[in-house]
Amino acid sequence: MTGVRVAGVGLTRFGAHDGRTGRDLFAEAALAALDDAGVDGDDVEHLNYGNFMGALAERQGHQAPVMTEAAGLRCAGTRYEEACASAGVAVREAVRAIRSGENDVMLAGGMERMTNLSTAEVTESLAVAADELFEVRAGVTFPGAYALMARAYFDEYGGGREDLAHVAVKNHANAVPNEYAQYQREISVEQALDSPEVASPLHLFDACPITDGASALVLVSEEFAAEHDLDASVAITGTGQGGDRAALQDRADMARTPAATDAAEEAYADAGVTSDDVEVAEVHDCFTIAEVMALEALGFFEPGEGIGAARRGDTTRDGDLPVNLSGGLKAKGHPVGATGGSQIAELTRLLRGDHPNSDAVADATVGLAHNAGGTVASAVVHVLEVAE
Amino acid sequence: MSESDPDVPANTGYDEWADALADDGYYVECANGHGSLPPRRVCPECGSTDLSEATLPETGTVATFSEIHVAPSGFGVEPPYVTAVVDFGPVRITGIVRDVAGDEVAIGDPMRPDVETNGATGNRLIVFRPA
Ligand SMILES: [Zn+2]
Repeated sequence: MTGVRVAGVGLTRFGAHDGRTGRDLFAEAALAALDDAGVDGDDVEHLNYGNFMGALAERQGHQAPVMTEAAGLRCAGTRYEEACASAGVAVREAVRAIRSGENDVMLAGGMERMTNLSTAEVTESLAVAADELFEVRAGVTFPGAYALMARAYFDEYGGGREDLAHVAVKNHANAVPNEYAQYQREISVEQALDSPEVASPLHLFDACPITDGASALVLVSEEFAAEHDLDASVAITGTGQGGDRAALQDRADMARTPAATDAAEEAYADAGVTSDDVEVAEVHDCFTIAEVMALEALGFFEPGEGIGAARRGDTTRDGDLPVNLSGGLKAKGHPVGATGGSQIAELTRLLRGDHPNSDAVADATVGLAHNAGGTVASAVVHVLEVAE
Repeated sequence: MSESDPDVPANTGYDEWADALADDGYYVECANGHGSLPPRRVCPECGSTDLSEATLPETGTVATFSEIHVAPSGFGVEPPYVTAVVDFGPVRITGIVRDVAGDEVAIGDPMRPDVETNGATGNRLIVFRPA
C-alpha cells in the first residue's frame, strides 16, 4: 500500500461571492491547488468532488462533469454528498483510491454557493440534512438540531452559554490573520452573549455564517511525488469514517457524537497514533457546541470537560492543543460542501509552516481534521503527518 | 421480494402512524424488545424483521427542546415555536410544543402527543400538549 501526500492545496476566500458561479469558484481553488503542487492538470486521473445543496442553490445537479470541465481536467469525476461532510468523504475516497494503487494523482475538494439564497431558503436547504419524516416535518432546523444537542449537553454535563461564547471568541481571534476567512475580526464574550437568539439556547454568534467558497487538494502517491521531485512534505496517514442514526431522537445520547469517535478510532489506528499524539486540530464547529462535542468524541477531553476547553485556554493558540487555528467554520466560514477539503488545506499549511498561524504550532508534526455531516450522522476524520 | 402484507406493521406508513397519535399511538417493537418508529421493515438495533405494534405510553417527558426563531420559508408554523424531543420510554418522538410558552418548557415536563395538519404543506404535524 502506497502512502498519500498532499502535493498542493487551493482555496477561494470564504464569504459572499456575488455574481460568481459555483463552477468559477471551484475552478479558482482547483487551479490554485495545481499551481501549489506543481502538477499539470493532464496528470490528474480523477476528480473527487463534494457538494451538498447545489441542486437547490444553483439548480445544478450532476456537478462532477461540470466541475471537471471548469477545472480544465480531462478525466472523469464523481460527486460525493454526505451533507456538511461531503468534501471529507471526497478526500477519504481519493486517499483510498491512491492507496489501492488504482490512481497516482487525484484532485479532491468541494464547493458550495449559499449566499445567493435568502436566510429562510438556506435554512430550508440545510434542513434537508436532517431526517425528513421525523425532524424536518416537526420543524427542526439545522440550528434547532444543534440547539437540542446543546440543551441536552448542558442538562447532562453542565456548562452554559458563556463557555460556548469562549469557543466563538477563540475561533474569531484565530481568523484575524487568515486571508481566506470570511470574518477576519475579533469578537468579545459580551458580543457573543448579547447576539440575537436563533434557537434557544444558541444565539447568532454560536453559529457559523452562510458562506460561498471552494477547496481543492492535489493528492498523489509517494512514488509520484518522488518521481516528479514534488515538494510534498505532508502525508495523509490516517482516514476513518463513522455513521449514526439520522434523527437525534433515535440516538442513545443526544449530547454525544459516536460517529466521530468511530471515525477517529479508525483514523488513529490507520495512522498508528493516539489522540495524545495530535498537536493541532481542525474540528467541525458549525455551532460552538459542535466543537465541544467533537473535542470529547475525538478523545482530547473526557465527557463534560470539552465545554471548558476554550475558556481554560487549552484549545487557544497558546494552549496545549490549538483547535481551529484557521478560524474554524465559525469565523472562516462554512460553504458546506467545501468545508472538509478546506480543513485539510488549512492543516497542511499549518504543518508546512506557510499558514499565518503556523508559528503557534511551529514544531507540530501530527494534525487532525474532523468533518461532520448534519448532526454528526456522518463523520470523517483524517490524520496528517509531516513526512520529511 | 414478497408481496406487501397489510397485516405486517413494517409496511404501515408514517402518515398512518402520525394519525394514530391522536388516539392510542403506537411504536414498532422487534422480537428482542427494541422499540422504533415506522415506516420500518427491520429493527435498526438488531436486524430482526419480526416486528409488531406496541402501544405508546400515553405520556412522555421532555428530553430536550429549543425555541426556534428562524424557520424555513413556507414551513407553515410561524416562529418562534418550541421543538421538543419527548421520551416515551422505548422510543423518543420530535414535535412542536403547543399550549405552553417557550420560557415555561423544561426538561422532564410531562407531554402527550397529538397530530395536526400543517396547512402550508399538507403534511401531518406532530405536536405535544402538557399532560
Ligand atoms: Zn431489535
